[in-house]
This record gives sequence, structure tokens and C-alpha cells, in this order.
Amino acid sequence: MAEITMIQAINEAMRQEMERDERVIVLGEDVGTNGGVFRATDGLLEQFGDQRVFDTPLAESGIIGTSIGLAVNGFRPIAEIQFLGFVYQAMDQLAAQAARIRFRSAGRFTCPIVVRSPYGGGVRTPELHSDALEALFTHSPGLKVVMPSNAYDAKGLLIAAIRDEDPVLFLEPMKLYRAFRMEVPEEPYEIPLGKARIVKEGEDVTIISWGATVPLVAKLAADMKAQGVDAEVIDLRCLQPLDIDTIMQSVEKTGRVMIVHEAVKTNGFGAEIAALISERALFSLSAPIVRVTGYDTPYPVPSVEDDWLPNAARIVEGVQTLMRY
Amino acid sequence: MERQFPIRQIMDEQGRIVEHEYRGQITEELVMAMYRHLIRTRTFDRKCVSLQRQGRIGPYVPFEGQEACQVGSALALEDEDWMFPTYRDHGAMMTFGRTLTQTLLYWKGRTEGCIPPQGKKIVPPYVPIATQLPQAAGAAYAEKRKGTKNAVIVYFGDGATSEGDFHEGLNFASVFNAPVVFFNQNNQYAISVPITRQMKSKTIAQKALAYDIPGIRIDGNDIFAVYFHTKQALERARNGEGPTLIEAVTWRYGAHTTSDDPSKYRDQEESKRRRETTDPIMRLERFMQREGFWDENWANDVQERVNAEVEQAVAEMDRYPSANPEDMFDYVFAEPTWTIAEQKQAYMEWKRGMEG
Repeated sequence: MAEITMIQAINEAMRQEMERDERVIVLGEDVGTNGGVFRATDGLLEQFGDQRVFDTPLAESGIIGTSIGLAVNGFRPIAEIQFLGFVYQAMDQLAAQAARIRFRSAGRFTCPIVVRSPYGGGVRTPELHSDALEALFTHSPGLKVVMPSNAYDAKGLLIAAIRDEDPVLFLEPMKLYRAFRMEVPEEPYEIPLGKARIVKEGEDVTIISWGATVPLVAKLAADMKAQGVDAEVIDLRCLQPLDIDTIMQSVEKTGRVMIVHEAVKTNGFGAEIAALISERALFSLSAPIVRVTGYDTPYPVPSVEDDWLPNAARIVEGVQTLMRY
Repeated sequence: MERQFPIRQIMDEQGRIVEHEYRGQITEELVMAMYRHLIRTRTFDRKCVSLQRQGRIGPYVPFEGQEACQVGSALALEDEDWMFPTYRDHGAMMTFGRTLTQTLLYWKGRTEGCIPPQGKKIVPPYVPIATQLPQAAGAAYAEKRKGTKNAVIVYFGDGATSEGDFHEGLNFASVFNAPVVFFNQNNQYAISVPITRQMKSKTIAQKALAYDIPGIRIDGNDIFAVYFHTKQALERARNGEGPTLIEAVTWRYGAHTTSDDPSKYRDQEESKRRRETTDPIMRLERFMQREGFWDENWANDVQERVNAEVEQAVAEMDRYPSANPEDMFDYVFAEPTWTIAEQKQAYMEWKRGMEG
């Protein structure tokens, strides 16, 4: 099995799905000749031609709008939004249109599109290139939201997203694109949307995370083990649909919960998880739920972003707080 | 710009043909079909306003005055074409194949009103104001990619031209050379805001210059101008010549919706004057009289048949089984997520408790 990066896994998933299904097409800004600003679509134009891989004018609403039209009319577009911070331009097309076509027409028209977009901070990008906006989409009924944290999951989840009959936001932590390699099967495979992964089993505390923050949480959990705290780490992989069973089983076992995400705290998806746990397992908790997240401010300038992001110190401190109960 | 984009007529206000090259194509059969559809849409529209006043349907969006735009353009379509309508285009939808009953159900707040007859490519009407333009460009590009001869028509009003999606839709269609006709009904008011506050441009058609596509300005109350120019634009689309922007200049006599009062923002004397001088149905009648197609008995028969059809549709609406609130949980996704399934279950239990 080859060891590849997440960006290579994403590229491979698209390539294999395009080989399998002629209806799959790729469009967006710079996805053609340039192969994407992160090279996610590298080589696709050469292999599949400009009828299936094409650059669009620079307009996010237009990209999603035309993708919807293509999807309603039989294609399966993979649209790239170059950075998630630019998706605000396309919110009507996503939340009010793509998300509702099946619902509005009682299933007569459907919109199987995948919107891929790099998100997340820590790589010194200019302004508005680092936002984690998953909660905008989990708050929009009709959209699925997938957030991989490694190459293996990225490939299997992207293939599942492309085969899905509904619109999927596929949010890729850009910090992790080339952060590490892992063994990824060469053949296509699907990871079902809505199945979390237990990164590390543990007894003392449950740490729930997704996307960009998972590798940090996993590393800290391994370190803590040496210090006598046995944390269970759950990588949700998919926020909509959410794997509630895996969360609940872990919470029942540990009684202590920390949620780590990059997005701002208030109304972040962590709030939803905390609410679900309080609805279903309040009396299994032995400590208040702790959230370690971005602050309730716009994503800051690069010179101070490391202090804004959930970092090792804040996560460790959060676990210590939980363990005092 | 008004000189470069003159309002084109084929038939003037008096019902005289002014573009003689079309004469041969104006058959009695075509004219009679146009007249029937004009009467049908107007009768239906008036009935809906009345039903709304009686509280039998919800807030309604009338289109009286714009019938020639909607009927003429819809008659120009082929069965396999796509229609991307707005909430004011039920005249076009009904002409293209959506039933009167479905249209009534839409205004009664029923999902059934968004589902076209099987095989009809009429997407649910759009409520945001230019959202449908990029989507229509995408659907048209899909037809091009499939190698069909099908085209797409997308409707929008004058207010929509201020939206970013208007520009994105035209630009994408232009770059992709997509087979789509952008059909603008310039009724000169976006709710209360007159077109002079919407744009400094003298015409909407001139905006086509920016995308290097044809822009045509027509008299939207001249059903021949609407029909033939739309047909030509559709032919261009089918022949791989790309998109066209059509500006059909028209006027809505009444309110934006049954919830507003147009006398608050414009002199309704103007509507009265236009009704008496430029009305699309009156004009076709004049033409028919002039050409010797007119037959009072036939016209009465058309009106009676239409009345019966409308009454039958209203009766069907009234007989329709009441909406099932459980349905609101369906069709969000291909398979309901657990939260939706759980909420549906809880709702049903709550409902049973209320009823029990």
C-alpha cells in the first residue's frame, strides 16, 4: 500500500470516481490547467479533458449555481470553492437552493453535488482564508457536512460523498494537506457518511473533535496516557449526519467530555454536541462539558493566530479541569 | 442605447403587422392557440386574486398585463426544453404544461404545486430574485454536454438585473456558450421601486453587450414579438450559438402581491391607461378582427371553456385531501438522517396524544 498525503488521497478519489462514472465532473477556479491552488485537481484535466475538468469564471455563487443546474440535469459536479472563507458569496445557492431542491419538489429534482473547500488556520494565510464555517452548513437542512482529518478517511469519505444523492460540503483542513503520509489502499473504497472513528480508546475522558484539530488531539491523548490520563478520542469525520451512537457509548463510559474545534465557540457545532449529550446522558456526566475552540472573534491576522486556535496548552488544561471532578 | 436597442414590435397597438416578414408564419391556428392561452391565463389570474380575497388561497402574485410575455415565450418552447420560472411566471408554467390545479395548490401552500407533471422540466419557482440564472446556465450547459438540441428558458424581472447572480448567470452562460434564453419581463417596478432607481442604464437589453451575447428589446405586450423573438433565440441556442438576453417591456396592472397596494407607489391611472391602450389581449383581438379571424361566437366559446376549466381546477383544489404535516419530514435527504427520523417520530406521538 502506498503512503500518500491527504491532498494526494483527495486527488486519487476524484480520479477514480471520474474513471468510474462519466457524470462526475470537476469545476471551479483554477482547477483546470493549474490543477487547483493546492494541486487537489492536479492531472485531472490531462486525463479527462476540458469537457470534464474546467475552470470557471471567478464567482462563487456562479460556480455553485451552475453546479446545481448541472446536477439537476444529470451530472455529478465536484465544485471547488478555493477557500472556505469565500463561501459566503454562495450561501444562497447552497443553503437556500442546493439544500432544498429535493425537499421543494418532493424528490422530483435532486442535487448530488460535492462542494470541496480547504478550510482552517495555522498556515499563515491572508485574511479570510482560514475560517472554519461548518456550523453554517450543519444549520442548513438538506446539506451533508464531511470533515476528514487524514488521507485514508479523506479518500473513502470523498468517494462516498461523490456517490451520495444529496449535496455534500467536503471541508478539507488545509493545514493537514501535506502534514503527514499514511497508507491508503490504491483501490476505491467508501467510508459511510455518518460513521465516526475512534482514534484512541480510553476510559477517563472523551475528546470529540473533527478535521483540522484531530491530529493534535490524538497526539496529546497519547502524551496524557503516559501521565496517567486515559482519554478516548473520537474523530467525527462527518457532522451531518452525525454518529450519535459512538458519542453516547463513549460518554456513558467516561462521564467526562471535551469538544475541540477550530470554529468560533458560540453556536459552533460543539454546542450542538453538548446539547445532545445533555439531552441524552446528563446523569452519566461527572463533570461539566468543556469546549476548547476558537474565540468568538473573527479569525485573526496570522501574527496572532496560534493563540486564537485551540492549542496544546488549552486542551491539556481542559482535560485537567475535567479530571478534577 | 435606446436607439441601439429599440423596442421591437411585430404587431403594433392597433393590431397591425409592422414586420411583414413574419406574416407567413402567423397562421390562424397559432393565433387561436395564443388567444386561448391568453384568455386562460388571465381568467385564472383574476380567479386567484378573488380566491385570495375570500381566504381560499394564501397570498397570491398576480401577473395581469404580462400574459403575452408568458404565453408567447412558453409557446415558443419544445416539449423537451427546460423552464426556470419565478413566482410570477405561473402563466408561462401553465402554458408549458403545469396544470391549473397544481398552480392553485402552490398558492394554497402545498408542495404538490412544486411538482411538475411527469417528464416536464419545470423546476419549482424561484423566490430569491436572480438565483435561477446561474442554475439555468448550468442546466443548459448540461444539455450542451449531452449533445442534445434542448434549450433552457429562464425568467426574471427588472429588479433581478441588480443582483450579482444576474451577472454571474449571464457571464457563465456566455463563457460556456450555453443554450439558454434569459427572458426578462421588465414590468418597470420591483415591488415599489421604479426601474429608474434600479439602474441608470436606459435598457436591460444593453447589458448583453458586456457578455458579448445578443440582447433584444421587445414589446412584451405584442405576443408575436415575444413568440418569434423567443423562438429565434431558442433556435440559436439549439444550433450551438449560445445564450440570448431578451428584454420584454411590459407592465403589471395590479399589485406585486395581494399583500401590497400599488397606489402607494405609483399612479394607478397609468395602469388604467395602459389597459385601455396597450393591453396584450386587446391587441391580439384587434389583429384578429383586422385579419378576419375574429368570430364572436368562437371567442365566447373560448371564454366559457376556460371558465369551466378554471372552475373545475378550483373544485379539484377544494376536494384535495388536506396536507399531511408528517410529509414535512420527508425528502430532506434521500434517506432521512436520524435527527429527522427521531423528530418525525416525536411529532407523530405528540400529534396522536393531541388527538387521543
